[in-house]
Amino acid sequence: MVADEDKVFKALADASRRQLLDRLRRKNGQTLSELCEGHDMSRQAVTKHLNLLEEANLVASTKRGREKLHFLNPVPINEIYMRWIGKFEQGRVQALHNLKQALQEKDQ
Amino acid sequence: MSDTTTEFLYTTYIRSTPQKVWDAITNPEFARQYWGHGNVSDWKPGSKWDMVRGDGSNIVQTTGTVLESHPPRRLVISWVDPAKVADVSEYSRVTFELEVIGDVVRLDVFHNELKAGSDMARGISNGWPRVLSGLKSFLETGNGLNLMCAKPKAA
Repeated sequence: MVADEDKVFKALADASRRQLLDRLRRKNGQTLSELCEGHDMSRQAVTKHLNLLEEANLVASTKRGREKLHFLNPVPINEIYMRWIGKFEQGRVQALHNLKQALQEKDQ
Repeated sequence: MSDTTTEFLYTTYIRSTPQKVWDAITNPEFARQYWGHGNVSDWKPGSKWDMVRGDGSNIVQTTGTVLESHPPRRLVISWVDPAKVADVSEYSRVTFELEVIGDVVRLDVFHNELKAGSDMARGISNGWPRVLSGLKSFLETGNGLNLMCAKPKAA
């Protein structure tokens, strides 16, 4: 199974799936049960979203004993980043991002 | 995983052969082209390995020991900042696994036993996605992008 870009964009085009990635960003290597905790979604829905994320290679998983652990895999996002943000733009884009974050923090 | 350590798993699919992927990781001449560093060792279990900067300074960025070596399928190394080799709690572990799936190679990089919240944990979580997409690009297109040299500068 090769993750192509269409799969990555489709997988990202859903708030629930982005939320799952956020949760893995905060705590990597979670089981399905952990990812279901405190979520409005059914276990079935979370499973379905995780499968889509895995097919897009945005989530990598490994078995540990009887448990399956899920990890955020940002490699495909980095490929997209590298495609449109070359090494000369990196600094300026980062500076704008930092500025935006600093201003938004002030507002809160 | 305990509360004091953290771990990461990265995966990429590369249109290549396990031997070429193995060489791209373990041959410093290849690694320099997409990683910006060369990994230097004889890759035998028990041997030392060094990640050497590719900018000509030959500064060792990371070092460790080869723990397992089964070319071209599985490589396990310990990983430590050369300034902290005396402190056992600073050592983490990296496992490379290569598997053929159809006409592609699936490369898993599992980095564990990392101190939670450490500079090393932050550094590697920035570094591995760049190294792996650089590796994929290097093997599939011959263009390594040389990402590690592209340090963001203040605009």
